[in-house]
Amino acid sequence: MLVLERVSKEFRGRRSLFNSGRTVSALRDVSLAVDRGETFGIVGESGSGKTTLTRLILRLDMPTSGRILFEGDDMARLSAAAMRRLRARIQIVFQDPYASLNPRMTVHDIVTEPMLIHRATLGLDQRTRTARAAELLAMVGLAEQHLHRYPHEFSGGQRQRIGIARALATGPAMLLLDEPTSALDVSVQAQVLNLLHGLQQRLGLTYVFISHDLSVVRYICDRLAVVNRGEIVETGQAEDVFRNPANPYTRMLLAAMPDLPSP
Amino acid sequence: MTEPPLLDIRDLHLSMTSFDGEAHVLAGVNLSVRRNEVWGVVGETGCGKSLTGLSISRLVPSPPARYLGGEILFDGRDLLSLDEAGMRNLRGHRIGMIFQDPTTNLNPAFRIGEQLVDVALAADRRNPDILGVAARAGWRTRRRAARDVAVRTLAEVGITDAAERIDAYPHEFSGGMRQRVLIAMALIGRPDLLIADEPTTALDVSVQSQILALLAGMVRDHAMGVILITHNLGVVAKACSHVAVMYAGVIVESGPVAALLRKPSHPYTRALMASIPTSGVRRGELKGLPGQVPNLIKPPRGCRFAPRCAQAAEACRAGPPQPVDLGGGHMAACLKPGPAAEAA
Repeated sequence: MLVLERVSKEFRGRRSLFNSGRTVSALRDVSLAVDRGETFGIVGESGSGKTTLTRLILRLDMPTSGRILFEGDDMARLSAAAMRRLRARIQIVFQDPYASLNPRMTVHDIVTEPMLIHRATLGLDQRTRTARAAELLAMVGLAEQHLHRYPHEFSGGQRQRIGIARALATGPAMLLLDEPTSALDVSVQAQVLNLLHGLQQRLGLTYVFISHDLSVVRYICDRLAVVNRGEIVETGQAEDVFRNPANPYTRMLLAAMPDLPSP
Repeated sequence: MTEPPLLDIRDLHLSMTSFDGEAHVLAGVNLSVRRNEVWGVVGETGCGKSLTGLSISRLVPSPPARYLGGEILFDGRDLLSLDEAGMRNLRGHRIGMIFQDPTTNLNPAFRIGEQLVDVALAADRRNPDILGVAARAGWRTRRRAARDVAVRTLAEVGITDAAERIDAYPHEFSGGMRQRVLIAMALIGRPDLLIADEPTTALDVSVQSQILALLAGMVRDHAMGVILITHNLGVVAKACSHVAVMYAGVIVESGPVAALLRKPSHPYTRALMASIPTSGVRRGELKGLPGQVPNLIKPPRGCRFAPRCAQAAEACRAGPPQPVDLGGGHMAACLKPGPAAEAA
């Protein structure tokens, strides 16, 4: 469904009179393929290139070299109109549910905004948008009465549910989940993870799950890629990678993971 | 074990005034820490773990905070009755503190070295052994000695080339290194008690395990008592000797780490542990905790966990449950503690 072929991204440092600017290569020759309906984990520490990767997949940035194909189309070659249609198919859930919801918008406005932006693609009028917003809220475990409230009236877990409802508004095929639970308490994290799993089963969604929390990745992902310094050091079935990590970096990560003793 | 505890918190009650009324945020906290013990204080957001830590160093502004009762005995002295000057003598000298965010706790405008030297000079006023210079030594000598101490402490917390790095600014350091600087800062005064509030939460797991190993080494070398505030039970399992689980301003269960994690006896501890994904859990089968943290302005009567507890009975709502001794220092504040209750 999503294929990255030898994708690299370099950032040029600032040039001045005396130096020509240092080039930082944020991603080097990254190739991966995400299948329809699976959850693909991308694991790495800070500075490993996870965020650059999400920006490239969302085409907020263009790769320096290599191709990114979504459902067979090269994203770099799409026309502006085709890209707009495609954007409705890929949505993102952000890490921080406190920063990613506009405090001055009601839940209704937050959830219907993507439908408004993509009205050319979706063709929903105002009434259907509102009806769909209510449906989406029910889907993520909130209620219609929450539509006219503001984000500050909700807890962190509820806000993340609103973020998920917003991401689902355009009827996407794929969700990019950028550390969706790392700002939440474990008991709330468990609820959100189960919600994501349930939604995936019901809607046949494909997830790209970005995280540094290995136990969460192990729980939610079918396959995963471990990223270190802009390169994929290991990919495979999640269970296999956890059982028999082949790469020394992966082994180091697993050893550093604070785990509960099994009862 | 005849030695009295370094820190003894007895029945501490704290309330906070807000626009909506008075919230009873700590409702009878009991905790005692001896030297060489590392106490993990765990719980979810808003359970009062940070307030407990801040109360020990008396950094909770009052008002809005008001201590309703209890005492915090440090070396037998009640910190709550100490004045600000007395407190200043303890902070940074006998009681060290490390906070969560290494970025906001260092001054970006000063070099790392200057910030450490300031701490060393201040600590020396209370304990002249720290610089090891004569009392009538001049300003220049003191500063040079303080700089040496700073370099030595930085090296001790695992910063390589400490002598050169000491002139760097905080922004030149990575998150893990900044956290090491904060640890160095807390250790310069050679505290007897170290309060570390989420010291590794902002860090990557590999750096986290280094910092935890570093802390363990410090406890061994300086015979400190440590309170490690965290929300991560994995960190507790790795780094602590004892653990106290907090919920809504109350310690619901406490005891030695091994015993508590093997036999979690309070329903909240069990729920907390069940919500952490581990290797055996199948997808979609993770158990979250239903309901929400209670409103502390109108806390539930009786056991504060009762509204979310699957085993709650009428008796649980009558009054706050007293801690039950489960042996070996393992306590649970529950009317029917123990895994046996699970079957019921």
